[in-house]
Amino acid sequence: MKVLIKNGRIVDPATGRDETGDLAVAAGRIVAIGRVAADFTPNRTLDASGLVVAPGLVDLAARLREPGHEHEGMLESEMAAAMAGGVTSLVCPPDTDPPLDEPGLVEMLKFRARNLNHARLYPLGALTRGLKGEALTEMAELTEAGCVGFSQAEASCRDTLVLHRALQYASTFGYAVWLRPNDPWLGNGVAAKGPLATRMGLSGVPAIAETIALATLFELVRDTKARVHLCRLSSAAGVELVRAAKAEGLPVSCDVSVNNLHLTDVDIGYFNAAMRLTPPLRQQRDRDALRAALADGTIDALVSDHTPVDEDAKNLPFAEAEPGATGLELLLSLAIKWGAEAGLPLPEALATVTHRPVGVLGESLGSLGSSAGRLVEGGVADLCLFDPSARWTVTPAALRSQGRHTPFAGYELPGRVIATLVGGHLAYEAAHG
Amino acid sequence: MLFKRNPQLNANGELIHLLSIEGLPKAVLAQILDTAGTFLSVNEREVKKVPLLRGKSVFNLFFENSTRTRTTFEIAAKRLSADVINLDIARSSTAKGESLLDTIANLSAMHADMFVVRHSESGAPYLIAQHCAPHVHVVNAGDGRHAHPTQGLLDMYTIRHYKRDFTKLTVAIVGDIVHSRVARSDIHALTTLGVPEIRAVGPKTLVPGDLREMGVRVCHDMAEGIRGVDVIIMLRLQNERMSGAMLPSAGEFFKNYGLTPEKLALAKPDAIVMHPGPINRGVEIDSAVADGAHSVILPQVTFGIAVRMAVMSIIAGNNA
Repeated sequence: MKVLIKNGRIVDPATGRDETGDLAVAAGRIVAIGRVAADFTPNRTLDASGLVVAPGLVDLAARLREPGHEHEGMLESEMAAAMAGGVTSLVCPPDTDPPLDEPGLVEMLKFRARNLNHARLYPLGALTRGLKGEALTEMAELTEAGCVGFSQAEASCRDTLVLHRALQYASTFGYAVWLRPNDPWLGNGVAAKGPLATRMGLSGVPAIAETIALATLFELVRDTKARVHLCRLSSAAGVELVRAAKAEGLPVSCDVSVNNLHLTDVDIGYFNAAMRLTPPLRQQRDRDALRAALADGTIDALVSDHTPVDEDAKNLPFAEAEPGATGLELLLSLAIKWGAEAGLPLPEALATVTHRPVGVLGESLGSLGSSAGRLVEGGVADLCLFDPSARWTVTPAALRSQGRHTPFAGYELPGRVIATLVGGHLAYEAAHG
Repeated sequence: MLFKRNPQLNANGELIHLLSIEGLPKAVLAQILDTAGTFLSVNEREVKKVPLLRGKSVFNLFFENSTRTRTTFEIAAKRLSADVINLDIARSSTAKGESLLDTIANLSAMHADMFVVRHSESGAPYLIAQHCAPHVHVVNAGDGRHAHPTQGLLDMYTIRHYKRDFTKLTVAIVGDIVHSRVARSDIHALTTLGVPEIRAVGPKTLVPGDLREMGVRVCHDMAEGIRGVDVIIMLRLQNERMSGAMLPSAGEFFKNYGLTPEKLALAKPDAIVMHPGPINRGVEIDSAVADGAHSVILPQVTFGIAVRMAVMSIIAGNNA
């Protein structure tokens, strides 16, 4: 399949390229960027006038609920959501049912995803068996099966000795460990500790739940030299600790979710369960610090933290509602929105969802590492074509994801995905009109 | 988008549900207190009934047990001539796995006109108000740590009865404020009615500094907290807080924050002592104070019926 994308605004955040031109795809690879040889004979030509041609998005946190929800076709619907969101690579955490702690489960998931011919799936393996925080998983086997790192997802590793050993072991073989910094005892409230939670009578998670966990992790990283990715920072104080750790040269990276980047606890309103999220939405100064840290690179990547939650689990009193929100279809728009509000050029906003997350994945991507999240001649043709001037209103019922709950329902957002290519295959095209 | 405007008010600013005192205009609070005053005389008559809610069905939905509060609502509804159905849900349907909203849908199908809801989770009555039919009214009878608006209102009625003018008062609320829905409702009501100084008194584990943002002065010292006050509201210390990480023991709490005649002497000579009940004698309050001349704990209960009648009759008269 040969595809010619004509007259688009070609944006490669990794190099800063931002120019109008054509882009040719053949045999799954980008064969020409800018000017395309006259003898190129495409099977399909896409008119990209007025559209941005960007690398496909890379989302470091998307739950697909499989294994566990095969009967509901979750993988199909969520991968379709990824395509509609221009997301061509995604990392899924191991807190499935059962957790991804055995190579067979990972292989099956990768196999099912490959057959859908949609986004590339990069699973995180469970760091400990059953995510129980007691015994290590077979990390070499899991890596062979396709895991790009190891994580506890939302299940904290309460035992510091186990965590220390897990990091020692992972460090021996150069495996990355992905952890959300959250002290399990201080961190089990339902909203950020602060005046709002106090006023509403909701149990609060103090910022020290994050900073204590970060301080512990940094000590463990100093000792073990393990490569650690910190998932979904939420507080200004946490950002400061990460900034210092990076300045010190510790091998750490981190991300922030679209929710914490755009919202604060005030958005909980009258107990709106769509705002029940982990980590919890914090205060304005935390949000400001997260936005600044994403802009200055302290935070490496922006993630959707896509977590489909069904109606029954969400239509409950705030504290009882299951945390999480759908996000794959919003990631691009929320990156653009943040960039525009921060006064950044479009390529810089796109960088947070393209080559910067690829940098977090590093060598675990293998041969894709050199071209995923970028536009490279000879590189893999994972592309997202979007209309930067189009605005759309978030209508939960119109989302492809089975998770219909989003804090952004009713928001008018910038940027509409027109087409998504994965490995040169046109996997998604927006309906015209 | 859940609620665009305060969900307890209709487009005309009239009360259709009572979910929280927060956000209610002073005029609405005054209307409830004034209406309660007219019902107080009904309660003293030999025939204690008025026909305001005749033919209406009031469902008491108690997802958390509370015989006392449920009884006061039942009495109030019956004195308004409503049919009252008590559902002790803590022991029935939800125990069988039925969801909160399924329960509400089922009861709505039985043509309920009003739900009086007690729930262990903050915000549950908002969820119910959002999902019930437009003609159904919801009264929050206590949700988690969030609000207990009728208790707040009956406390205001009591204070107004004894002190008349809110704008010259200093009020101390003492005890486990962080877990108290009564304290939150009292604070919102007192602030709305113009009380210039509200003090929250207790140890840091029970009185967080964030309370200052609600307009209260935080005092960790009992003497500082009750010196010169007009009103002392003692809160009930729940059994599960009496030992563990919040407090070492009930005895130590009493030593520091229990209201004794000696400590009461620090307040104004005509200070009143209130308590939402049930009281723990010797834990938060000394019997000599609970039964003493300053105590208005029993009148609170009496006023509570009239206030609940007022709330139910007012919201039943307003349409969504």
